[in-house]
Amino acid sequence: MTAQAPAAAAAAPGRTGRLGRALRRVPPLVWLFLAIPLAVELFWVFWPAANSFSLSLTRWDGISPAVPVGGQNFVDLWDDPIFTRALRNNVVWAIGFGGLSVAGGLALAVALNKPGPLVGLYRSAIYLPMVVSLAVTGLFWRVMYAPEGPINAALGAIGLESLRNQWLADPDLALYAVLVAAVWRQVGYIMVLYLAGLKSCDASLEEAAAVDGASAWQRFWTIVMPQLKGVSMVVFAVTVIDSLRTFDIVWAMTRGGPYNMTQLLSTYMFQQAFTLGNLGYASAIAVVIFVLAIGFIITYLARQARAEED
Amino acid sequence: MTDTALPARPPVRKPRPARSPWLHVGMIPLTLLWLSPIVFVVFVAIRPFDDLAARGLGAFPVSISWEGFRTAFEGGGLVRALGNSLVVTAAGVVLSLALSACAAYALSRFAIPGRRTILLTMLAGNLLPPQILLVPVSAITEAVGIYDTLTALVVVQVGFGIGFYTFVLHGFMRGLPAEVFEAARIDGAGAGLIFWRIVLPLSRPSLAALAALATTWIFNDLIWAMTVLRTEARFPITAALLNLQGGYSSAYNVIAAGSLVAAIPTAIVFFAFQKQFVSGLLVGSNK
Repeated sequence: MTAQAPAAAAAAPGRTGRLGRALRRVPPLVWLFLAIPLAVELFWVFWPAANSFSLSLTRWDGISPAVPVGGQNFVDLWDDPIFTRALRNNVVWAIGFGGLSVAGGLALAVALNKPGPLVGLYRSAIYLPMVVSLAVTGLFWRVMYAPEGPINAALGAIGLESLRNQWLADPDLALYAVLVAAVWRQVGYIMVLYLAGLKSCDASLEEAAAVDGASAWQRFWTIVMPQLKGVSMVVFAVTVIDSLRTFDIVWAMTRGGPYNMTQLLSTYMFQQAFTLGNLGYASAIAVVIFVLAIGFIITYLARQARAEED
Repeated sequence: MTDTALPARPPVRKPRPARSPWLHVGMIPLTLLWLSPIVFVVFVAIRPFDDLAARGLGAFPVSISWEGFRTAFEGGGLVRALGNSLVVTAAGVVLSLALSACAAYALSRFAIPGRRTILLTMLAGNLLPPQILLVPVSAITEAVGIYDTLTALVVVQVGFGIGFYTFVLHGFMRGLPAEVFEAARIDGAGAGLIFWRIVLPLSRPSLAALAALATTWIFNDLIWAMTVLRTEARFPITAALLNLQGGYSSAYNVIAAGSLVAAIPTAIVFFAFQKQFVSGLLVGSNK
């Protein structure tokens, strides 16, 4: 900010030529520096995004010209049991994935906040899964969930034979089985975010409360948590946006099966688009995903914009 | 943080070393449990198929066999897939960071009208759910004649990533001391020279953090590869792996071996650049 402040002040008196003067003051090379990346993003992100909206109002197989059908795709979506299943699954996913990874990540961040022997090792182990791609995480857990796999073997070994299951083939369990795998990978990320948040908390407040006789539990909820509000907002927005994007891990583990019971909006959209070739219908699903995500995107952006101001 | 406060008031309370044994009692089993999927996948990968069939997937290995890795490499073309992934990742990371650095420099050090709006719009592009882009992007790559090429994958990765990298780099470059710029300007250095000689070298820490992060993102991508590529020979490792799984769905040692091969490059990045990786995770999230 400091660098531009005098420039802006100098531009203020001559109102009329403000834009022109700004244009002249910024060297042409710098305009180029900005224009190229901006053009790339406009062409590969904003232009396609705009196209999706118009495509969602058509029936299109990608070969013959698109036929405009108005809002018919959205009417059809409402009556499509797989779509409503995917929508419901996505809600379950957002709550389960968000809730479990925040609970786990926050608890671990609090436990591992203070440096000590082995603490660095624990932290590394917890966020190591982050580097494994979601697709590979899915394949790892396919091995774990295999009928004769480690999980069933472990349940057998500790005498819980009755809990053995065909985890990924059971329509009632498959979604939760995939969810556990996704949480395994996410907890480390949330922990890192909260660890950073805890670092910037004011320790003297907590000490003062401790002197006044507040228990650790009380101190955490009344003193530490309010200071983590900012991190929590970011975590919340990021988690919901991530939930709506989730694709790889489901695709790698179940492809939406058995009987579409693990279908999420993104997997169903992909299947409609690239397996079945219903590009217009798929675009309508994409628009629904966008509409669900936009509120959280704006929340996140507003926060970043405020951070920009200081 | 508490450490820094301690010397000031030593008599009040000690840092409670008494609590630590309980921490370890809880954390050691949890850590082992956390790592167990990775350990079991390694176990399965190094056991021969006959042994898996005879004793089940949950058993411990009694001998080491490379059968799974051999089949994965021969049957799945994993060498070629790894090569594709490395090419796309290297090109994608370098290009997107170069373009983002340029944009961030322009937006952070010059009085460009509406720069805050431009910046937030660019960031918003990166937050969009990719699903809203897939169908048109696949059609556009076809229209410009790069569908089913690695170029398409690189271009798409760059376009989608730029917004986020620009935002983060902007935050960093904005904080560079103004005096350095003044001094350079007095010496007669132009905008380009200042960027090359001063801004880029000073931005190295945030560029390193973003590079570590972008490497894992691009290398681990699946959905863009499945959207713009059709020919198996051009698949990056993630997509090739899912094909392998389709072909060897019951040969768990092959799948486990293939997954490990796909996980190793990003694990190397992680261990080599752990500090940059963690700070990369934090950028843009903890302001």
